[in-house]
Amino acid sequence: MADKTKTPKVPAGLKRTLITPEGVDLGVELAPLTARFGALVLDMTLLLVGLFVFQLLINLVFWATSEKQPPELVTIIWFLVSFIARNSWFIFWEMRPAAATPGKRIMKIRVAMRNGGSLTADAVFARNVTRELEMFLPLSALAGGAAAASGSLGGWMALAMVVWTFVFSLIPLFNRDKLRAGDLIAGTWVVMAPRETLQPDLARDAGHGGLVFTQAQIDAYGVMELQVLEDVLRRMDRQVVKDVAARIREKIGWITGADETDAVFLKAYYAALRERLEKRLLFGHRRKDKHDISGLK
Amino acid sequence: MSGALRSERFRAEREEDWRALDRLLKKIETRSVRGLTDDELLALPVLYRSAMSALASARATSLDLALTRYLESLCSRAYYFVYGVRARPLERLTDFLSRQLPAQIRSMWRETLLSAALFTIGAVIAYILVMGDPDWFYSFMGRQLSDGRDPSATAEFLRNTLYDGGKDDGLGALASFLFTHNAQIALWSFALGFALCLPTAFLITSNGCMLGAFLAVFVSKGLGFEVGGWLAIHGVTEIFAIILAGAAGFRIGWRVGFPGAVSRLDAMVAAGRRGAIVMGGVVLMLACAGLLEGFGRQLIKNDLARYGVAAATAIFWGVYFYFPRRQALRGG
Repeated sequence: MADKTKTPKVPAGLKRTLITPEGVDLGVELAPLTARFGALVLDMTLLLVGLFVFQLLINLVFWATSEKQPPELVTIIWFLVSFIARNSWFIFWEMRPAAATPGKRIMKIRVAMRNGGSLTADAVFARNVTRELEMFLPLSALAGGAAAASGSLGGWMALAMVVWTFVFSLIPLFNRDKLRAGDLIAGTWVVMAPRETLQPDLARDAGHGGLVFTQAQIDAYGVMELQVLEDVLRRMDRQVVKDVAARIREKIGWITGADETDAVFLKAYYAALRERLEKRLLFGHRRKDKHDISGLK
Repeated sequence: MSGALRSERFRAEREEDWRALDRLLKKIETRSVRGLTDDELLALPVLYRSAMSALASARATSLDLALTRYLESLCSRAYYFVYGVRARPLERLTDFLSRQLPAQIRSMWRETLLSAALFTIGAVIAYILVMGDPDWFYSFMGRQLSDGRDPSATAEFLRNTLYDGGKDDGLGALASFLFTHNAQIALWSFALGFALCLPTAFLITSNGCMLGAFLAVFVSKGLGFEVGGWLAIHGVTEIFAIILAGAAGFRIGWRVGFPGAVSRLDAMVAAGRRGAIVMGGVVLMLACAGLLEGFGRQLIKNDLARYGVAAATAIFWGVYFYFPRRQALRGG
């Protein structure tokens, strides 16, 4: 019982905890399968383009030397060179510091160890060697390999194998961490790697704009509303700003000044609300939302 | 007191450091660690730790969501680098080739013997059966695979297939087809191993049968010596690779059946990780076999030279994998 090492409790969503040695939870977010599939398609496109260029160069050499190109060379290029190219492509890119192929980079995802440790080269290697089993094998099994297998192994065996190879590649659909068989073996997973830019602090350029709110007016909202307001102010969609400003004015009973625009009002209110909520945060109280009235006078 | 919020001052005091860390990471991500100067390399862990502590305090004291998000992404990027891949790909490759691959293959010697035994038994049985009654051939080999080289073929036709590679692209295409076919057999032997070794045993034995039946056809037409050379020039490498793949499959199947002190899944994953290393070697060997088949055999038409190349590959792989090394002694 005790030695059954089942992971205690894994949340069903895509958020996972990752506690660093410094004791901070980085809160990794798993990459959705759509992003991973997109990355795969991008990588395969790049590889195919590369192979075509390679083939063109070979053709060019033969054309320039006006020799006849032996037909088996074409097959050798497409079987051997593509084999070597696709295997080294993934391994090479994922061993670099960004731990992501160009496709993954575009989709803003990367490979990481599940235990939060350092991504070893072994792991990268293991997860990509199995790629051959999960992806290229089912594909080649479909594209004519099935016929060959039926020749040497018998129809039923061939069918069983085609089915089996696809079972292998469908593993990511059936586990909570979206692991491929390669991830399972290597101890890795694929996570989101967003590159956020540091945005200006909204409270900074707002000041209070000369607007003064009463304590009761400020206490109308909590953290959740504050962060929705932040989102609205960062997007600055005119219609949304207008609607939100109207809603808040109504709620707190605000009388609009003469030359007061919606944006100025919202920014001033945002700054005031944040100041209030952060002050309370320092005293150990985080007001979740407007319904949370604990600790209010 | 100034109008600035506490969290605003908090940010203003540290912003420069965050931006510096951001710049370093961008440099690493686009180029590599070697793009950094010594000073930058020393600054990195310091900046990383200060960003980490800033993230912890920002979560506790700041309600600026964009700021927390920025710090989270910055810290993750830095974290993955600070605790990231150590080895450079090239170093890693040499380590893999010089140390890990032979070590793992040596550690699977029992499975390798089993796999080789099954393959040989299959070959011998098929050989004897086909020599006794040529009709058995068809139960071992499909028509596409044999490509006309079956018991009904004339000795003349068979001889031609052995030396006449390039003229019609039939054999050239067959060579690369065989490469992919055998590569698939190898991968399947590994992948199916977890089902308690049974599919692997079947695949390895049936592949042996194919070889036996194939040989029997040529031997019965008095072409035994010639077909030996034709096959061995790449077959030594290829068959060895298939046997090793089978061995890796057996290892997984065995650990699933008898996991010992750990859980079945963990045992399988551990065996899979070792197996993946062996499979890396197998893939390499299959590529070598493909090259020998595609080029070596087209260029070398002399039987003795073909046997010579075969012997050379046998000695090469044998010494490479099984010759004892210092690390192995230290490790043991």
